[in-house]
Amino acid sequence: MMGRLEIRDLHFSYTENEEILKGIDLVLDQQSTAIIGQNGAGKTTFVKLLKGLLQPTSGKIVYNGTDLSSMTVAQIAKHIGMVFQNPNDQIFKNSVIDEVMFGPMQVGMSKEEAKVHAMDALEMVGMEKKCKVNPYDLGLSERKLISIAAILAMDPEVIIFDEPTIAQDYAGKKCIGEIVEHLRNQGKLVLTIIHDMDFVAEHFDRAVVFAKGGVLLDGNPEKVFSRAEILEKAFLEQPNVTRLCHALGYEETFLTTDDFVEYKKGQ
Amino acid sequence: MARIEVNHLKYRYPHTENLALDGVSFQIEPGEFIGIIGKNGSGKSTLCQAFTGLIPNFYRGAYGGNVKIGEINVRDVEVDELCQKVGIVFQNPFNQITGSKLTVYDEIAFGLENLGLSRKEMIRRIDDALEQLDITRFRDRNPFDLSGGQMQRMAIASIIAMNPEIIILDEPTSQLDPQGSEEVFKAVQRLSQKGITIIMVEHKMEKIAAYSDRVMLLDEGKMIDFDTPQKIFSRDDLLEHGVLPPAFTRIGRGLDRKNAATGEYPVTLKEAKEALEGMAV
Repeated sequence: MMGRLEIRDLHFSYTENEEILKGIDLVLDQQSTAIIGQNGAGKTTFVKLLKGLLQPTSGKIVYNGTDLSSMTVAQIAKHIGMVFQNPNDQIFKNSVIDEVMFGPMQVGMSKEEAKVHAMDALEMVGMEKKCKVNPYDLGLSERKLISIAAILAMDPEVIIFDEPTIAQDYAGKKCIGEIVEHLRNQGKLVLTIIHDMDFVAEHFDRAVVFAKGGVLLDGNPEKVFSRAEILEKAFLEQPNVTRLCHALGYEETFLTTDDFVEYKKGQ
Repeated sequence: MARIEVNHLKYRYPHTENLALDGVSFQIEPGEFIGIIGKNGSGKSTLCQAFTGLIPNFYRGAYGGNVKIGEINVRDVEVDELCQKVGIVFQNPFNQITGSKLTVYDEIAFGLENLGLSRKEMIRRIDDALEQLDITRFRDRNPFDLSGGQMQRMAIASIIAMNPEIIILDEPTSQLDPQGSEEVFKAVQRLSQKGITIIMVEHKMEKIAAYSDRVMLLDEGKMIDFDTPQKIFSRDDLLEHGVLPPAFTRIGRGLDRKNAATGEYPVTLKEAKEALEGMAV
């Protein structure tokens, strides 16, 4: 089943004086969507609300027709998975395989089934040979891949990543980019908070710009990244290739270096 | 100001078989801005810890060769002596925070309290550090109530306040938004212009290319190359070493356009613009 999230006039505050989210209206379905915005714009707060980890002050979130507030966090976890920004907040088992099997078993899979899902997920992140290793003996980037595998293994319809490319090198980023595209092609709803604009330009169908608790821009990356002035106001910047093309005076918005090189060669 | 000299440095972590650093030698002059690049596991963070003396004095393990900061051989001094010369900003700010302070202001004061500075000097330095990292408005917040990016800037501020001669930053901007990240690079560049040596590990190649005087490429514990960003990023074998060159270099290479001044592929937006401007739009 595919996931669809409808967010209606969502408000949230941690304290009385400071409203973090000031009325978000969004429909999220079928696309891979990147949520971008300044530190403190409310991105992480927003996805915690989608997971039911926080309750809205007002407004609502509807998942496939059901109001999230009528579901328990445990029920939500079957459908919506989230990979934490900091893998240390998520990992707690003594071996990689136990860590990755824990989630699937909590959502009702048998041990055998969980093992199959866990191995598939580990293979997808290229960590299948590290099953028996203690996650704490791995570096930060590998722990992040383990925390991603742990969510993939639960096979949720919606997968939320909070800053998946932190500390990843070229190979790690490439792997995560492929995971995003693979999940999207499987019909999953993929949602990512991210600061790496080049990565958004290369791998996502849609970009939503958060600023000061609201949505400032929403659309495909071509459209969103063509708005240099608005992005700057939101403390963001264009992808590197887009910046170069603007500096050179092009009207078109190029998103990847390959696109631009192809275009120039074709001239 | 101290020069850094590393001679035939070899290191192996306890209970492991492979060398994390395998015969690395180089010098760094005072005030240089050095970028260290390489795939994960290539030895970047290990080298950072070797500058601070945490390797081998804290981590132990097998150690050969030496690291000299000015006249001091880091192996021969206590970590607390070296920390006044060399400051390090960890990759994950959660690992850096003391956990014993209730405000950002007090957290930044922590290092200074341990140096026994006067109250007046501490206040001056803390205010200055808050300002430089643009976190003055969070001074009374609990450090754990900050966002990832704010916390990272606090960690950098707490090191800057100690006035070290050398600052080592291990992926300091990984949690920051694009402009926050640019601000950190600019703040670090200002420190470098004041004569402080900067050594930065970073995966954002466009930033490394724009800010570094020299770039060190590591792979499997060995130093593959140590040269200008233009020379390093024009190498044909970067992908084999797990490094994607900056977008501007990839475009220059794809279109076979070199920068007239350097004779190499462009590495920054400015160089790419110059190299491409001659081409028909």
